[in-house]
Amino acid sequence: MRLEDHPIVKFKRGKEVTIYFNGKPVKAYEGETVASALYAAGIRTFSRSFRFHRPRGFFCAIGKCSSCLMEVDGIPNIRVCKVYVRDGMRIKTQNSFPNADSDLLGFLDSIIDRFYPHGSHYKKFNRPRILREFVTKQIRGFAGAGDPPKKVFEGNASYEKIETDLAVIGGGPAGMSAAIFAARAGAKVILMDENPFLGGQLVKQTHRFFGSGRHRAGTRGIRIAEILADEIKELKNIDVRYETKVFGIYNGVVGAVERDKKLLEILPKKIVVATGAYERTLVFENNDLPGVYGAGGVQTLMNVFGIKPGNVGLIVGSGNVGLILTYQLMQAGIKVAAIVEAMPRIGGYFVHAAKVRRLGVPIYTGYTIQRAIGKKKVEAAEIVKLDEKWCAVKGTEKRIDCDFICIAIGLSPTHELLYQAGCKMRFIPELGGLVPLRNRYGETTVEGVYVAGDVAGIEEATAAMMEGRIAGIDAAIKIGYGGDEALKVREEVVRDLKEFREGPFGERIVSGLKKVSIEELQEAEA
Amino acid sequence: MSYLVRGYLEEDELPPKPSKERLEERAVAYIECPQEIPCSPCIESCKYDAIRMENINAPPEMDYEKCNGCMQCIRVCPGLAIFMLRLKDGKGYVTLAHEFLPWPKKGQEVVLLNRKGEEVGKGKVTWVLPPERNDQTSLVRVEIDPDLIFDVRAIRIIEEGE
Ligand SMILES: Cc1cc2nc3c(=O)[nH]c(=O)nc-3n(C[C@H](O)[C@H](O)[C@H](O)COP(=O)(O)OP(=O)(O)OC[C@H]3O[C@@H](n4cnc5c(N)ncnc54)[C@H](O)[C@@H]3O)c2cc1C
Ligand code: SF4
Ligand code: SF4
Ligand code: FES
Repeated sequence: MRLEDHPIVKFKRGKEVTIYFNGKPVKAYEGETVASALYAAGIRTFSRSFRFHRPRGFFCAIGKCSSCLMEVDGIPNIRVCKVYVRDGMRIKTQNSFPNADSDLLGFLDSIIDRFYPHGSHYKKFNRPRILREFVTKQIRGFAGAGDPPKKVFEGNASYEKIETDLAVIGGGPAGMSAAIFAARAGAKVILMDENPFLGGQLVKQTHRFFGSGRHRAGTRGIRIAEILADEIKELKNIDVRYETKVFGIYNGVVGAVERDKKLLEILPKKIVVATGAYERTLVFENNDLPGVYGAGGVQTLMNVFGIKPGNVGLIVGSGNVGLILTYQLMQAGIKVAAIVEAMPRIGGYFVHAAKVRRLGVPIYTGYTIQRAIGKKKVEAAEIVKLDEKWCAVKGTEKRIDCDFICIAIGLSPTHELLYQAGCKMRFIPELGGLVPLRNRYGETTVEGVYVAGDVAGIEEATAAMMEGRIAGIDAAIKIGYGGDEALKVREEVVRDLKEFREGPFGERIVSGLKKVSIEELQEAEA
Repeated sequence: MSYLVRGYLEEDELPPKPSKERLEERAVAYIECPQEIPCSPCIESCKYDAIRMENINAPPEMDYEKCNGCMQCIRVCPGLAIFMLRLKDGKGYVTLAHEFLPWPKKGQEVVLLNRKGEEVGKGKVTWVLPPERNDQTSLVRVEIDPDLIFDVRAIRIIEEGE
């Protein structure tokens, strides 16, 4: 299942290592995550659902969905899509007997609701107390999330206190641009990302980007990530911390864990939150069947790790992500059976649709997926036509044979840190979900905390880079760096961004932004 | 906007075509990018002022007289929406961007596909810009029936034994 040849990407694989999955040796290469190595070895069931013991595969591949939780070297509930393989690593599936693939408790899925419907644990077997305690213990054995660790942590943990001008959280295009522009103005910056590399979503975008040449359109996403990473290397006042997860912002103090071992207490003068977004899922029968994946998850597997997600795919959603993913799958030699789109017309750019249409991929507009078919993994999908009221039209069902389904219906901002930091938030459908109020430079209602990129509202990389630049420069200016030149650059980028959003694709964004713009809200009040 | 339902342009939605005389003179860029999208690498790459675009969201418009066939635009267009067209000695030529394995080779016979992915005939590859010379976007010129230059928009490599 590993790709050897690819028209765009050259996959560099590390040293061969052996990991043990439920006791069996599995071949892997250094640099691969546990999830991708298991996938390449043909393993499809990664976990069992909490209550019904339904089989679950990976979904997001970026640590956001929890459907890949396993026990790693004795520690339960590890997201194996975020853990890199090491020789001799022992991985076990949890909450199943004897293992997730052939879980005997799987029968619960078909009967549990009959005997023990939702809410039963409040009503049944409550008295006497001894019975309740006994039954609760049994149930916890059936349902649950892994066994507690058998040993205590024995490694060396350490602590570091860092004083700096600017802390940037997230190393995607927005965070990288913020760091570069603040550092160029003279600020001292710490840039943190939970991955062992910078680039965020860009590392899986093998296609040439849209936008203006000045913001690197016409260049492949993967190259943009390299260019920005090189610029960062040049700037000695940026301290990059890889594999560093930020877990909270407490009155301006940023808390993070570096490489699972070191606690960081960061005292910055300003903060830019650029944590990106995660994928949404869709409601349909069997949408949790292994083989139903997020579009970004498939891109990660295929374009970052060079592993084929399957042989024939069905794409749900014809936005740019769905269209581009279709093209990328075909570049990897994978067939795409069809693209389905619930709206009466294609959602993404026409030129992206034309690219795959001329290679013979059918696009069903006005259709949706009704169910995934298969016992332990996807074998086919059933799609159906929708009428004007978005109701399925009986008799229009079509079966599409495929071995995986990609959900490409959009993203939601990774907003948790902002919310926790106390920023005033609003749910704005045009921007993809819960987002913070901000002024024209991206500063939120919490002084000194900025937002940039997809977490400020789902858009795309060009806008993310511009927002990052604006936030980075503005933070530097407010700290006292940059002078007139910085002011000039800031206004230039603000203008470019405005022009960029002036077309029909920007309309939705602009109308969403109005609802969270601190200036507009103040004006409305006055 | 019905091309947005289908995913391809119909004859009546095509941009204005260059004249037969113009096509016989030298190769010309033909841009199939009708929608307003925030994109502008084509105009930024053209040194001959042959592409017009009022702002970054406006669709590009060609001035066929100014285009000198330099192919800068087709190298960078992220929409793979630009095709170089040419008529010469009773033959038609289409140059298109190609990003699939196996890479086409000069002299090879290939299957021709139209905008809907239907096979419309066969053609011969007469020139290739190797992918490594253009960050993995190869340019491929095919010699085809002259009546098909406004139809052929992709190629498929013939597999062994086919
Ligand atoms: C299929 C597809 C095609 C696309 N095509 C285009 C295109 O043609 N043109 C275009 O302009 N855009 C395109 N985009 C969109 C573009 O990739 C995104 O808009 C852009 O990457 C957003 O940048 P960002 O920096 O906001 O977030 P991301 O790139 O998502 O980066 C966020 C980073 O933050 C890190 N992070 C999150 N939380 C934490 C934490 N707590 N601690 C530490 N680190 C954290 C993550 O690991 C990640 O690296 C496409 C997207 C997809 C999925
Ligand atoms: S081929 Fe050259 S001259 Fe013609 S439009 Fe493209 S870039 Fe301009
Ligand atoms: S570069 Fe290509 S996709 Fe972009 S506007 Fe020009 S023709 Fe359209
Ligand atoms: S958290 Fe690992 S696949 Fe989503």
